[in-house]
Amino acid sequence: MKPAAFEYHAPTTIDEAVALLAEHAPNDGRILAGGQSLVPTMAFRLARPTHLIDINNVANLDKLAIESGALCIGATVRHAQFHTPACDGVLGRLLTDVVSNIAHYPIRQRGTFCGSVAHSDPASEWCMVAATLDATMIAQSASGERLIPAKDFFETVMTTALNEDELLREVRIPVLSDDTVYGFQEFNRRAGDFAISMTLVTYQLEGGKIVDPHVGVGGAEDRPRRIAEAEAALAGQTPGDDAFRAAADAAAAAIDPMEDHATNAQYRRDLTATLVRRALENAAS
Amino acid sequence: MSDKKDITLTINGRDHNVSVDPRWTLADVIRDHCGQTGTHLGCEHGICGACTILVDDSPVRSCLMFGIQADGKKIRTVEGLANGDEYHPLQRAFIENHALQCGYCTPGFLMLATGILEAQPDISDDDLNDVLSSNLCRCTGYANIIKAVRIARDEMKAAS
Amino acid sequence: MATATNRMLGHLGDSVERLEDPPLVTGKGRFVGDINFPDQLHMRIVRSDHAHGKIISVDTSAAEAVPGVVAVWTTENIDDVPPIDFREGSDPTLALFRQYPLARELVRYVGDPVVAVFAEDPYTAEDAAELVVIEIEPLPVLINADDPPQDFKGQATTEAAIVEQGYGDIDTTFANAFKVVEIDVKVSRHTGVPMECRGAIGRYDEARDVLEMYGAAKVPHRNRDTLCRMLNRPASGLHLFEGHTGGGFGIRGELYPEDVLVCVAAMRLRRPVKWIEDRREHLMAANHSRQQRHIIRAAVAEDGEVVGLDDELYLDQGGYIRTHGTRVANMTTGTLPGPYRFPVYRSICHFRLTNKTPAATYRSPGRCESTFVRERLMDAVAVAMDMDPIALRRRNLISLEEMPYGRALDVLGDSVEHDPGDYAGLLDQGLAQIGWDDLQKKLAKRRANGEMVGAGISMFFEKSGLGPSDGAKIFVDNEGFIEVVTGGASIGQGFETAMAQIAAEDLGTDYRRIRVVHGQTNRIDYGVGAHASRATVLTGTAVSLTAQAVRAKALDMAAELLQTSADSLTITDGVVHAKDNPTGPSLTLGEIAEALIPTSKLRGDREPYLKGEEWFHIEHQTYPYGHHIAVVKVDPDTGGVEIEKYFIAYDIGRAINPMMIEGQLVGGLAQGVGGALFEEFTYSETGDPQAVTFADYLIPTLQEVPDPEILLTEDFPSIRTPLGIKGAGEAGITGAAGAIASAIDNAIGIPGAVTETPVSPQRLKKILSEHGK
Repeated sequence: MKPAAFEYHAPTTIDEAVALLAEHAPNDGRILAGGQSLVPTMAFRLARPTHLIDINNVANLDKLAIESGALCIGATVRHAQFHTPACDGVLGRLLTDVVSNIAHYPIRQRGTFCGSVAHSDPASEWCMVAATLDATMIAQSASGERLIPAKDFFETVMTTALNEDELLREVRIPVLSDDTVYGFQEFNRRAGDFAISMTLVTYQLEGGKIVDPHVGVGGAEDRPRRIAEAEAALAGQTPGDDAFRAAADAAAAAIDPMEDHATNAQYRRDLTATLVRRALENAAS
Repeated sequence: MSDKKDITLTINGRDHNVSVDPRWTLADVIRDHCGQTGTHLGCEHGICGACTILVDDSPVRSCLMFGIQADGKKIRTVEGLANGDEYHPLQRAFIENHALQCGYCTPGFLMLATGILEAQPDISDDDLNDVLSSNLCRCTGYANIIKAVRIARDEMKAAS
Repeated sequence: MATATNRMLGHLGDSVERLEDPPLVTGKGRFVGDINFPDQLHMRIVRSDHAHGKIISVDTSAAEAVPGVVAVWTTENIDDVPPIDFREGSDPTLALFRQYPLARELVRYVGDPVVAVFAEDPYTAEDAAELVVIEIEPLPVLINADDPPQDFKGQATTEAAIVEQGYGDIDTTFANAFKVVEIDVKVSRHTGVPMECRGAIGRYDEARDVLEMYGAAKVPHRNRDTLCRMLNRPASGLHLFEGHTGGGFGIRGELYPEDVLVCVAAMRLRRPVKWIEDRREHLMAANHSRQQRHIIRAAVAEDGEVVGLDDELYLDQGGYIRTHGTRVANMTTGTLPGPYRFPVYRSICHFRLTNKTPAATYRSPGRCESTFVRERLMDAVAVAMDMDPIALRRRNLISLEEMPYGRALDVLGDSVEHDPGDYAGLLDQGLAQIGWDDLQKKLAKRRANGEMVGAGISMFFEKSGLGPSDGAKIFVDNEGFIEVVTGGASIGQGFETAMAQIAAEDLGTDYRRIRVVHGQTNRIDYGVGAHASRATVLTGTAVSLTAQAVRAKALDMAAELLQTSADSLTITDGVVHAKDNPTGPSLTLGEIAEALIPTSKLRGDREPYLKGEEWFHIEHQTYPYGHHIAVVKVDPDTGGVEIEKYFIAYDIGRAINPMMIEGQLVGGLAQGVGGALFEEFTYSETGDPQAVTFADYLIPTLQEVPDPEILLTEDFPSIRTPLGIKGAGEAGITGAAGAIASAIDNAIGIPGAVTETPVSPQRLKKILSEHGK
């Protein structure tokens, strides 16, 4: 389990990095950020990039700040930076609640938020957060930058809308209003494993009724996404068991669950219903 | 085959000048090219934690970094834990509480625990369990590892 | 000068710190991966990616062309090397099913070694291995041992053996039974998975004509003997060396294809050859274990006595028969009755090859499987008879008055004869300690409130101390340092500490002055290694007898020098003195050793040196016993199982170091929980292994493992050993799956629900939905 040979590049500026990417991407050159997903696949030789462009020494990729109503997360911001709230308010607390579910402590020291999003494992917590909260991805290439909304970004298992010469330079998550409530649930067989299914829900209340519900599901399908049917079941309803069960059932009915050797579709569907209901209960409590 | 590059790894305060193939993992460089074999490999895909070391004082899996990425960084491994003949409180607690059997996972657990106790000396039992669940042990059933790290935490806190 | 008030450390029964620990906590261990020789080559194995097929061609030319590659071997390069033989000697009835070091004509599982690449470094070896092209003509794949057997090489079928054991008249007993209860249960394929993968280094010392292998473990002497047979070398010219070993659990240290290959390659390439297994290989190449399906029925009398047991089982052996032969089948059929009387018994094991990784022993082989099956059956009988499961078990336990209790069963060539033990008495103690009745009330109340909580029990007897014999040597040097030389093995269990404590007891010295040698075939001619929980029982007793002989010799010499009788002397902290006068005239053990050197005029006609070598021969294995109790909570929505509480009761006979014994029990339990709830090697229909990473093979983390309460008793020392020792290595795992399954049944209110391990959330959810829960 030794990686295949590659050439190593360690640019120090974004321009340099994207120029190297433009040059080497056609020959399977890839970005190396935290490496916590890429290096294992290289160890199994499932990935065998010919060039690695290490962005850990690139200046100005470590931004973690609120700008224009969004939390901007640069390409080298690591999971561990969310162990304490990255910003004031609901969003900071939400991200801190979620991060403790991502793999394990040493992985979180190296792995990056943007790396997870670009890698796009369907069971990645950050991917689901980005999808649920309508994040915007900033893709940078030698020819410029492009903004990609989350709903267009995640295509299927480990496949995104990023072009091969594009670096995911930044992810922007809209700040949540102070009256937003949220609930997060995931289920896996062991602590730190990839989720078999997971969900993030948010909503606000107006006059006791649910407004702007977001119900995101990850791990269950080939990509994370908001489940419109579940959100429709919540909008305008009074929070409570009836509404939550209706939304949970709607989510379970709407998804097209993945199957693998360990987990069948029916289990993932049932589990998703449970997790959505519990996340809604958490949000309401 | 890619060209080798000269780097300097500072392991436990000692500089090792090595010429590395970029694909060599940090664990392999430390073990096979710097002679520090206390860091063990248990899975080489980042799950077991046997290869956990401190890079710039953070616990990381040394199988998931390339040696070339650690050029100039401060690396700490199990060999540097004791102060001469004096055990680190974690080492002593592991011995006194029978927190190891075969000892293969032990260096990884010791470095993981060192990293977290230095970063969070007041860490709660629950949070400590969460961190220690990062690494696998196949011999002890973990109970004595948890006990030893808690004792070392209390001792280190009292001494500071 | 020692005084009587000096506290020497390390007497029998003391929970002293381990001698093993200092190098292991400082990174100074010497595991096989840490050992290097100048000019060594690295071996990489190319493995079959077909589960079953005929080898049409192997093209190694591209691999050979890679710079840094020294040789690439197929089986044709080693056509003079025979298949790997059985540990306990050749067996013509099973010889056909043995594995060649490199596959010959056929591949029989994904992972079967086909080609060996030898290169200057491991990265290059792996690069070259990828370039080997193996053309395979696929053959039908057999995945399930309970499917009809297939042809094996045109000479046999894949049912390699039928192993049958039993006694009494089954047909009459079942015909006359008040009730017959039958269950059909499965134990999944899982295994030991030590944290250190395997490794081996072969080195041929031309100067001395000695072939050496480093990385030996578990049974170095047995493997030396097998290698000598296979390679036609004298035992004096082939040595195995055990360094630190990162966990054994029965699977590490058997003689595998890679071990043979490094030895042969070292001889032929005339360079040291190092092989370090990676984790993916380990999960498809090192021994698997456990997979069995039992269809078992009990004949029950009206009062709940199980008067007959009739079992038919299918054992999934995988692609070949490795070093153990049919030992797991033998142990399963030989121990299935467990602690119960069962006056009539029969077990028929269909020992069948499939196209999966070869299987062999894993911690508590045969007992772990049979205990799960038997205890599932006892729960089913209790339900059928409308009896309390504890009462049902009590009704059938062998009583103290019947001990020692013999059965016409064979376990590894030894007829089963239970050591005296009070099975019911320990059950009473255990239930009292855990507060069983109160626990039942609390659980019933919680269930009434809608929680799915329950408790379950699993009773077992273990076997340990497989004979027949072992010996030990002790040498005391002129400074009073003591070396104990054994043929035992240290796989992490604390062997050195246990042996030092045993020797220290008789030599009257601090255990820290004793150096224990193990696993070095050039230091002692024989050795049983470390398996079947035999090290402390057999080797420990041999060490004790040797220490007594050395003590006697020391006192005899000292008596002459101190002009007194040996009877009046004793040893304290390495100093011989009068029993009634600790501060009077004395001699150190070193001084006595010096008086015994060959040239010493004081020696008289005594044999030179303060040393000894003694043997211990055991009549029967020892049979420790105990029970597990689990309390679980089931999440009906996810199918998840949380172990709320766990309890182990165990009679060890005599504890050398209680801290280490508890360590064995707690560690064994973690593996038991793994097998009960998490770990499983699954295969696709075409024989592709689906758990070849640690993301798929789920070893529990500390979040999934309970911290058990332990009741360790020394109520019934073994009558088979002078010290009363029984083994400790396996009892933590034996009862786990049975207790957890029973507790789950109880929690979900569906008797007999669990018929298969591991009880994954998906499996449990399916059970719940099938029962409308």
